[in-house]
Amino acid sequence: MKKTYKMQDLDCANCAAKMEAAINKLDGVHAATVSFMSQKLTIEADDARFDEIMQQVVKACRKVEPDCRILL
Amino acid sequence: MTRKQKKALGRIIAAALIFVLGLCLKLPAKAQLLVFLAAYLVVGWDILYKAVRNLLHGQMLDENFLMSIATVGAFAVGEYPEGVAVMLFYQVGELFQSCAVERSRRSIAQLMDIRPDYANLERDGQLLQVDPDEVAIGDIIVVKPGEKIPLDGQVVEGESAVDASALTGESVPLDLAPGQNAVSGCINLNGLLKIRVTKEFGQSTVAKILDLVENASAQKASSEAFITRFARWYTPVVVACAVVLAAGVPLVLGNFSEWFHRALIFLVISCPCALVISVPLSFFGGIGGASKRGILVKGSNYLEALAKAKIVVFDKTGTLTKGSFAVSDILPAEGVTNEELLNTAALCEWYSTHPISVSLRQAAQAALDENRLGQVQELAGRGVKAVVDGKVCLCGNGRLMEENQIAYTPCQAAGTVVYLAVEGRYFGALVISDQLKQDAALAVSRLKQQGVERVVMLTGDSERSASQVAKQLGVDEYRAGLLPADKVAQVEQLLGKTGPDEKLVFVGDGINDAPVLARADIGVAMGGLGSDAAIEAADIVLMNDAPSGVATACTIARCTLAIVRQNVVFALAVKLAVLALGAFGFANMWEAVFADVGVSVIAILNATRALHTEHL
Repeated sequence: MKKTYKMQDLDCANCAAKMEAAINKLDGVHAATVSFMSQKLTIEADDARFDEIMQQVVKACRKVEPDCRILL
Repeated sequence: MTRKQKKALGRIIAAALIFVLGLCLKLPAKAQLLVFLAAYLVVGWDILYKAVRNLLHGQMLDENFLMSIATVGAFAVGEYPEGVAVMLFYQVGELFQSCAVERSRRSIAQLMDIRPDYANLERDGQLLQVDPDEVAIGDIIVVKPGEKIPLDGQVVEGESAVDASALTGESVPLDLAPGQNAVSGCINLNGLLKIRVTKEFGQSTVAKILDLVENASAQKASSEAFITRFARWYTPVVVACAVVLAAGVPLVLGNFSEWFHRALIFLVISCPCALVISVPLSFFGGIGGASKRGILVKGSNYLEALAKAKIVVFDKTGTLTKGSFAVSDILPAEGVTNEELLNTAALCEWYSTHPISVSLRQAAQAALDENRLGQVQELAGRGVKAVVDGKVCLCGNGRLMEENQIAYTPCQAAGTVVYLAVEGRYFGALVISDQLKQDAALAVSRLKQQGVERVVMLTGDSERSASQVAKQLGVDEYRAGLLPADKVAQVEQLLGKTGPDEKLVFVGDGINDAPVLARADIGVAMGGLGSDAAIEAADIVLMNDAPSGVATACTIARCTLAIVRQNVVFALAVKLAVLALGAFGFANMWEAVFADVGVSVIAILNATRALHTEHL
């Protein structure tokens, strides 16, 4: 399943790159891109565990930049 | 500016004032330290806070952390003004960056200001203003002058000119009349239009275009991937060097405070943000600038590939040519006028719906009197035999002439030739061919100017007409007589000859060449306005019908890539130079601040140039 989420207060391009790297390392994530310019996360992950994976994604992003929120 | 940015600006100004005060007043050392510390905390408390917080999250080499160490270190060695200045300029740089990014986001949003806010839905004779999402297929909507057409549909009533420039970049208005398709996103200029909706909002052109442009930055270019990969290594390496300078070197050479100072310079330069932001910002600008010209690029990677285009393959019909037939040559026999020949032929073909006949009738300018026409007999595979003004006319191909023993002059022109004989006497020939688009030759020559090595034309047409078109346009090669499946094979063959950094572009009309579009490195579909298939299948969509758009897209791609390269080379060169100077003690904190913030600002300003494509 492929989904796109808006991200709020994503203020630094390098953080976006770090988040992207962190999300791509998560188990069950096929591909993810964090676009700093459009402030969006595009993620493709296992259908069955999607919600669970998204929780991990949120956690991973919070670790990189606590101010940034993913609008689920 | 957003509220957040205004707050940041306020803090910067306040800190700058305190800082200047501290520099100007001749205060005792202790008091001076307090003043500088105050300025430092005003401008940098959040950085310190984030540094600690992120450190607790295990983010070791976070920018906030590096900046904090560098500035706290400057204070520790007694360089108070430097410590404040580094933090101050870092914040200025951050603010500038966020404003620049905000501005380019906004200018692209404006550019893409095609999203309709409402639709006037006609229900039971009344007009309701509703959200475009609520309109169903088959509903009738009313578009008043000055309003945007909210959904795709068919005009049922009213005539008007519409402005499609927001979609195509083309400022000449289109005329709409009942029965024609209205494309969402166009602005109605003068008349009232009633439209029967044929697509839901989510499927309408406008929604598709917005979706495409908004998601284009998710497809990253390899230079963007390179720079983020580079950043992942750059920071740790520079920080490691700093540690060696501060801790390792003094063990051998002594003079701890001097080397510590040099290490701080390294930390200031170790932030990769300028590099990381300037590349996607340039691509974002390039993609936005292209859409201003009616060129939709589906991702940064395609823009990057387009800049390396070495082979451009055009489909002929519908791409380089209009795909509609017209009389291109009138060759009357001796003693016959052009008009006589054309009018008689047009009358002979009066009842036929064949495209050739239609083009003959269109070419005959004078109003033709249908009563001049008598009996008409269609001769399959030959033409027609008709009575015009009481005279028996034969109008058709060479075979018709030969079978009736007419002494005609065979014509070798490319295209379809129609011969006419009246009462057994040869009257002349008319050549009907597909017309070249006005800018087709220009497109080819502009591509060549930009370093495209081979322009190839593929067509299903005959060798003869292909060679003539090829000569007129100046294409390097052509392949004629191809079936749709052959086109894929031809493209594959050409692909086999390209080097790793040479890309093949295929340009088609997107209607039945989806496999070829997919096979090429970059598939460009033309005439995207109102064609879903084209938008789906291609990597780059030209909203208007002009093949010169391909050349424009190439120019934009090359300019964008040039900006990206300038930024990367410039930022790296300055950073490395200052690092080297710093290591040998020739650079101070101020130069380090320039290498960090100054370079960011310059790179960002340079990146915003990519948005301006009007002159390309």
